[in-house]
Order: sequence, then structure tokens, then C-alpha cells
Amino acid sequence: MPSETGVKTLDMSAMELREINETLQSAAGSNEAFEVTNTRGAHAIAVGLDAPIHVTVKGSTGYYCAGMNKQATIHVKGSVGPGAAENMMSGTVIVDGDASQYAGATGHGGLLVVKGNASSRCGISMKGIDIVVHGNIGHMSAFMAQKGNLVVLGDAGDALGDSLYEARLFVRGSVKSLGADCVEKEMRPEHLKILADLLEKAGADAKPEEFRRYGSARKLYNFNIDHAGDY
Amino acid sequence: MDKTPRTLPRQSWTFSNEVNSEIRRAAETGIYDIRGGGAKRRVPHFDDLLFLGASMSRYPLEGYREKCETGVTLGTRFAKKPIELKIPITIAGMSFGSLSGPAKEALGRGATMAGTSTTTGDGGMTEEERGHSEKLVYQYLPSRYGMNPDDLRRADAIEVVVGQGAKPGGGGMLLGQKITERVAGMRDLPQGIDQRSACRHPDWTGPDDLEIKILELREITKWEKPIYIKVGGARPYYDVALSVKAGADVIVLDGMQGGTAATQDVFIENVGQPTLACIRPAVQALQDLGMHRKVQLVVSGGIRTGADVAKALALGADAVSIGTAALIALGDNDPKWEAEYQALGSTTGAYDDWHEGRDPAGITTQDPELMARLDPVAAGRRLRNYLNVLTLECQTLARACGKSHVHNLEPEDLCALTIEAAAMAQVPLAGTNWIPGKGI
Repeated sequence: MPSETGVKTLDMSAMELREINETLQSAAGSNEAFEVTNTRGAHAIAVGLDAPIHVTVKGSTGYYCAGMNKQATIHVKGSVGPGAAENMMSGTVIVDGDASQYAGATGHGGLLVVKGNASSRCGISMKGIDIVVHGNIGHMSAFMAQKGNLVVLGDAGDALGDSLYEARLFVRGSVKSLGADCVEKEMRPEHLKILADLLEKAGADAKPEEFRRYGSARKLYNFNIDHAGDY
Repeated sequence: MDKTPRTLPRQSWTFSNEVNSEIRRAAETGIYDIRGGGAKRRVPHFDDLLFLGASMSRYPLEGYREKCETGVTLGTRFAKKPIELKIPITIAGMSFGSLSGPAKEALGRGATMAGTSTTTGDGGMTEEERGHSEKLVYQYLPSRYGMNPDDLRRADAIEVVVGQGAKPGGGGMLLGQKITERVAGMRDLPQGIDQRSACRHPDWTGPDDLEIKILELREITKWEKPIYIKVGGARPYYDVALSVKAGADVIVLDGMQGGTAATQDVFIENVGQPTLACIRPAVQALQDLGMHRKVQLVVSGGIRTGADVAKALALGADAVSIGTAALIALGDNDPKWEAEYQALGSTTGAYDDWHEGRDPAGITTQDPELMARLDPVAAGRRLRNYLNVLTLECQTLARACGKSHVHNLEPEDLCALTIEAAAMAQVPLAGTNWIPGKGI
């Protein structure tokens, strides 16, 4: 992280969203750092970034904060609305507060850390992103999740991992129910290693051995009329 | 021997041979029938409309001498870089995965030579189509397979797919036979599985959310790209009004004859409205909002001829889009493959098992040997020729109605052959001044 002296402030009470995103999207240097202030729940803050820059968002945001991020590190010092870090390709997004629905939806890569709770459909259709939620997650999380890792230090709501593909789900607390084709799986050494690495990156105070792993039973991969009742 | 006269064996209309064959197929397999293409049932269509032509009250233009413009600009509402097309006919979204790489290349080549755009589909953008499409519309679908910001930025427009005419309210499926290593890689899925495409977007619900989603897409692409919203022909008045509200630059409206790569036959034939029935309510919604011609309307689903193009434009569309017809132009269902269609239990013109990946024409397949049958250069030329013919036909009809631009065609240029078509198109029944539902 660059020193505070090099940080450029983008004040949303004085600048238009377009101007702020244009500034961030045009930044290219790895030493560049920005802070976005007076967010007032605005939508689409810091979307489409494509450089290893550091952005601190001071305040809570509306929908799609850090959407489609590549390379950038975006730290939200507040809570985020629906679809935070959706379709992220790479980089890191850290949310100090809570995340609303669809956090990390369809993400292809990078790391999303939610230090509070995440609402329903966290990690829906995720395609390679890693998501670590320090608190709980809501219902239908990891629905049709394809790749990547979802780590939950708290509890998971109903229908976790419904119609799951190859994503790995790690939950430390309780799981209210599993969705179609999602089953508990053996935690092997390679999974403990993945988990330990993610917990460290996310600054999470937990031990890998405290988690249980869930994944796809792969019964629904090819249509079989005898499994139609599982849907 | 009994000499009592017997009546001819009488087949049931209700239990026809076709119906009975489906009952037997269902009983044998225990699964519904899946196929490609659009609705095959007879529904009121553009064939049920006629142009009136010039007369004492209309002055025609001279064919081959007086100009009849065909250009159209899509995306004039908000986008900094609207799309300029030479003809009002675009190529509809069809996925790499459902189609082969050479087929996507051919579509790009043909569209580019004719001065129009082509469209990606589920599964992401391939180099074949980006490289050969001067103007490429990038579909933003519920599955988000292959979706990434780099491709968003190198697209010429973005089409948010809410629905399609073959299956309003339905998602997609691509069976394991077509999930090759390349297709699976682009979709982040295991090879060989039956791949489902979601029916709802994962991170927004309803038009209020969509408005914010569109804001995000515009911010990522610097407000340069036109944003289309594609809807199936379900409730065209409200779907169009809500699309305007959500911030669309362009609305693509796909009637039930619009094709699909693979969907349940029961869905294709029983959900959605005919294309003809969708256009006037859609145009009415735009007019009620003061947005007709400001938000462009692209109509698709069963467009085959220049007459279809001209009639859709006369009813208020700004452009049309073709999918099935484009595939036929490339070589799909060509009689030269009849023996192979027969071997697959089908026949020329009826082959629709595109999901099985065994297309003799090499278009709806990922089989390398079959794919090699399609020469993308020659197929691209065929598509260019076909698009040129559609345009010439449309111009011919427009000139006959005295129009110097195909967009000047209007409902007053039309009459209907059937009461149903008159009611749907809201033009008079031929020989009368009666428009059903409009009184005298």
C-alpha cells in the first residue's frame, strides 16, 4: 500500500460518478492510490478497473461496487449493496461491513473478503473467484457455482450450493440445508492447505480443521430422468 | 368373402400420426423432446399481410433509378458511439458451442460484407467472430459464460438478454455431446456435462435493478456502447415500456418463431406470441413514451424474405434480425445432405436435432470432421448474397409504396388477408376498412 501522502481523493459530493470511474479506469501505476469519499450509497463505484492500483472507498455503497475488477485492490470501509465485485477477474476486494445479495456473483478470479455477513446468493454462478465471509451467508449461496472457493466462518442459510458444479464450499458453522446435488465431502490435506491459504489472505482468525467441506455429488451433470425429482 | 363396402381408414385429427409418434417416443424414453429452431406450428405471420402499392393517392419511385435508402443507426439514445448499419437486417445472437467456430466466422464475414452486425451468444466471444465481424454485438446473458470486461470493451454494442422468443421464461441447455474441451474451457465447466444456462440473471431482479446494471455496464465501457435489451414475445407492450425505463438504447423483440439451439419442444410450441402479434404493442409502448425512433426496435422471429423485412418495418420496427434464415443461407438443412438427414431419422427442412452435434452441414456441431464441411469463406459469401437479396426485395416494395427510405413504410401501406392477422397487425382486412378491435 502506498503512503498516505500519495493518496488522491475523489469526493463524490463534488465529482460525478463518470469522472471518478474515468479517473480510476485511467490509472495505471502500481503505486497509485485513491480514496473515494462521500459515497452516500452510490451505485457502480470503482467498476471496470484494470490496473494494480489501491482504492479505498470510505463509506457504504449501492449496487455493483468493484464490478468486473481486474488487478486493483479495493477496500470498502463500510457496507456494500447487491452485486459487489460481481464478475471480478482478478485483484482483491475487501468489505469491512456487510454485503447485500449476490456478492461475488459470477466472479472468475481474485479474492473477495467480507468481514461482516453476506446476504443471499453469495457467490452465485461463481467461476473461479475466492470468497471469504467472516460472518454468515444467506440462502441459495453458491447456486450453480462452477469454480473457485467459498469460505464461510459463520453459518450458511438454506439451500447452500444448489445445483453446484466444481466450486468448493467450506463452512465453519451450521448449514441450514443443502441444495440439490450438494453434499458434504471429505476434507483432505489439499483442501486444508487451500483453506489455510485463503484464511491467511483474508486475515481470518480460524483454523482449517474447524471447517467442513461441501461439493457437488455430480448426479445432475448429465440429465437422467430418474433424478428429475431432485430438482 | 364379405362384400360390404368399407369406409376409408380415418386418421384422428386429435391423435394424428405425429402426435402418436411423440406419445410413443415419450413412453420409450421417459424424457421430453428437445430440439432446435423455433415454433413450427402455423401461426399468423407476415404472409398474411399485403402491401397496397402506389395508386391515385400514392406516388411510386422508379426501381433501379430513384434512391431508396436502407441505412439505420442503432443506439442514438445514450451511447457515445451508436452503430451505423447499411441495411436494416442484423444477425441474431447464436452461441459458439451451439454453432461451430467456422459457422461463427461465416456469419461475421457475411454480415460484414453486407454492412451489418452480428451477435455473440451464450458462451462468450470467440476470435473467429470478433476477427471477422466489423460490428459485433456482445450478449450479456444470465449464465455469464465467458463474460469479461475486455470483451465488453472490444464489442460494438452490448445486448442484455432477458428472454428469447423460442422460450420466454426459459434458460438454455447445451448437451454434453457439444461440450468439447474448448467450449468447456470458455464456460468454466467440466467437459462433457449437460450444461444449463440460467433463466434469470444472477445479480439483478426486475427493471429497477436492470437500470442499475445498465449503469454499471455503461460505466465499465465509458458510455460508448449502445445497450440493447432483448426480450421474448411475451407481453410486448409492458416489456418494451419497462426496457425503456431501464435505460435501453435499443430493444430487440423476438417472437415465438425465433430459433433456439436446444429447448423442449413443448416450450417452443406453447409459450410466447407470434412475431406478428408483438410488433404493434411494442411500437405503441414506444409511441406512448415518446420514444419511437429514439429507442430503436429490432424485430426477430421468422424473418425470411425482403417482404417480411418490409412488413416489419412498416409496422414500426427500425430493423430486423435473422438467425434461422442465416443458418439456412450458410447451408443448414441443404438437400445435398438428404441421405445423412435420413440416416439421422430426419429429412431436409425438418432437421432440428441441433443439440446432438451431428449436423451433416457442419454448422450446429463441434465435431471436427463435420465442422470441416463448412467453408467459412464460401458460406460467408452466401450469407452476403442472401442479405443483399433481402435488402433489394425490401427496397422494391418500399419504392412501390413511394418511399425514399425503407423506414418511411407505414401501417397504412398494408392490408391483411385474415381477420387474425388484421387484429394482430392492426391493419384493415383486405377489401374493408375494418381493423378488428378498432371498431369501424
